[in-house]
Amino acid sequence: MTDNNRSGAKTVDRAAQMDDSVITLAHGAGAGTMRSLVDELAVSRFTAGEKAPSMAPGRVELAALDDGSAQPVGDGLQSVVTTTDSHVVSPPVFPGGDIGRLAVAGTVNDLAVMGATEPQSLTCSLVVEEGYPVAALESVIESMQATCEEAGTQVTTGDTKVMPSGDLDGPVINTTGVAVVSHEDIVTDAGVSPGDALLVSGTVGDHGIALLSEREGFGFGGTLESDVAPVNDLVRSALEAGEITAMKDPTRGGVATTLNELAEKGGVGLELDEQKIPVDETVAAAGEVLGISPFHVANEGKVVLAVEAADAEDVLAALQGHPKGTDAAIVGHATAEHTGRVVLDTGFGRRYLSEPEGQALPRIC
Amino acid sequence: MAAEPTLQFRDPDAADELVGRLETLMAEIAQPVSVMHVCGSHEQAIAKFGLRSMLPADLTIRMGPGCPVCVTNMPEVDEAVSLARDGAIVTTYGDMYRVPGTTESLGDASATGADVEIVYAASEAVELAEANPNREVVFFATGFETTAAPTAAVLRDDPPANFSVLSAHKYVPPAMNVVAELPETDIDGFLAAGHAAVITGYSLFEPFVEEYETPVVVGGFEPLDILLGLERLLEHINDDRAALENAYPRCVTEDGNTAALEAMWDVFEPTTGEWRGIADIPDANLVLREEYAEYDARKRFDIDPDVGTADPLTAECRCGDIMAGTADPDDCALFGEECGPQTPVGACMVSSEGPCKIWLEYGGKPDL
Repeated sequence: MTDNNRSGAKTVDRAAQMDDSVITLAHGAGAGTMRSLVDELAVSRFTAGEKAPSMAPGRVELAALDDGSAQPVGDGLQSVVTTTDSHVVSPPVFPGGDIGRLAVAGTVNDLAVMGATEPQSLTCSLVVEEGYPVAALESVIESMQATCEEAGTQVTTGDTKVMPSGDLDGPVINTTGVAVVSHEDIVTDAGVSPGDALLVSGTVGDHGIALLSEREGFGFGGTLESDVAPVNDLVRSALEAGEITAMKDPTRGGVATTLNELAEKGGVGLELDEQKIPVDETVAAAGEVLGISPFHVANEGKVVLAVEAADAEDVLAALQGHPKGTDAAIVGHATAEHTGRVVLDTGFGRRYLSEPEGQALPRIC
Repeated sequence: MAAEPTLQFRDPDAADELVGRLETLMAEIAQPVSVMHVCGSHEQAIAKFGLRSMLPADLTIRMGPGCPVCVTNMPEVDEAVSLARDGAIVTTYGDMYRVPGTTESLGDASATGADVEIVYAASEAVELAEANPNREVVFFATGFETTAAPTAAVLRDDPPANFSVLSAHKYVPPAMNVVAELPETDIDGFLAAGHAAVITGYSLFEPFVEEYETPVVVGGFEPLDILLGLERLLEHINDDRAALENAYPRCVTEDGNTAALEAMWDVFEPTTGEWRGIADIPDANLVLREEYAEYDARKRFDIDPDVGTADPLTAECRCGDIMAGTADPDDCALFGEECGPQTPVGACMVSSEGPCKIWLEYGGKPDL
């Protein structure tokens, strides 16, 4: 991964050296620390002996670190898109959803932002601990099935493992999704050009702030809910309305991480207008109390899109016309300046919007 | 929705008006002005809202020793790490978790088996002690008056016998004197921290204003509070008036929270100690009084940290200069290179109140 424009480049290298004996929670937090681990530990080995990443049509390789992979099949005009994700969440049932809905939506959405909005089928691999209540598992599976129906897909194969009591804290669900798409329909993370408009499909930070509040025991009047939902249908509406140059679902690390990745991979700068980024009022207030920005935490039912400027209003209208995109907004644009960085106009002055570093830690004052 | 600012102190139009006023005043003063804030929360708000990019070019806001985590000394962290290594449950605020000691932070200790718990409040540490009656629970207590008063409150409320406090609490006013006397600093006015003044009252700054003949304005933390604080300071500077003013009257009173102060001074006494990288500062460290010795971790345990050898980079860290307002984060060769939030060399890169962490995240200078 190229990191040349990020001031944290050497920092990340030193982190990898210093931490090489143990994995820390920061490695799972989704931003630079995790990417350097994945790059150095896995990608370099899995791609050993390969030439430079292929730019062949219909092909998205591991080294692209995109939301999934695309490999040409059959007559060579179509590709099979795959993505895989293991889901753990504490607590497994949370306001607005549960781990079952999350496991299906997460994978369906990763396919959707690759342009694969009609998931052929999903796998479901389940790891549970001895002593876990069958009734709880039953409700998780029911939730998975309901979410599959909502997304227009089904689980067609699976696996179950049981671990001895004490070896696991709550269930782990892995899902893998498969879809077949035409080459020209594939959307990557790397396609943003200067001038493109930036859109988000709705309010940001809902999932992360709802879960952090729940974990920290703050009720905030019980109004905070995760946005977890499959958004493949919403993405299809957007794809039909205009030319989308890049797309990503802003899960771990939030919209800040997603935007920085789009800027870096596209070799552009992004300029955002903070006043236009939709944030639910309670989420904003809870974020202030927790000392954690809604831009830095996960969304599980949202999409960030880069769209050719001429099509921006059409795509916006398509998103807003869909029940899962009523709060969609145009929030900024790409430029040739500040390459690899995201600049936020706060309504007062201007500053960088950076990726969160490591786990979010509650602050002192 | 964010599109309609509903927060009274976040109205960009009102901010533009205040900035216009700052420009007028700077034109009247007709020379460069440096003001210093003494609070990490001020720096956090200034950077987060990009306020420096709005200000007149020759008005400079410098950072003072206002981040309690940043001035916590390495040996204090070593003590906490040592207690955790020896089997105690060490509780602390999230900001302290990654602050490097000589060789290890509490986060490092936790990753390799020590019991370290992050708490939001001193009372949570007490609850943890109640829930674990067979374990020693130590609260590694950091922060200025705003957190020292709550630490005092739990100690006065008969905590369980397995609870103790390792105090690294700090007291700002003596540090302001030290900074004002540094030959390298040339500060025309101070923006004092509203949070701390809620406890201490603004009258606390009267002797400072008289002694150093420099205006002090107590300011709040919303963008408009800060701009108003700057406007009041420039007024006084323009009129050559060493005045003390409260620009945060919705929270701060003249005498402060007398109950909190009484609790704080009942439990703590000031002592001389080193502020990381700055200096030995007289009466700026708060330690437990003899009456509370049974809860003093330093008296209960024989703490003997095996400190080892520090990372040689530590010698290059300019955290102390930055906290004293004599250097900016990007004056440090390590900034954003060897030193980053995941691999901090100094505490300034750790806390959300730390100037280096803030500048790396938001950008510091108004160059956008």
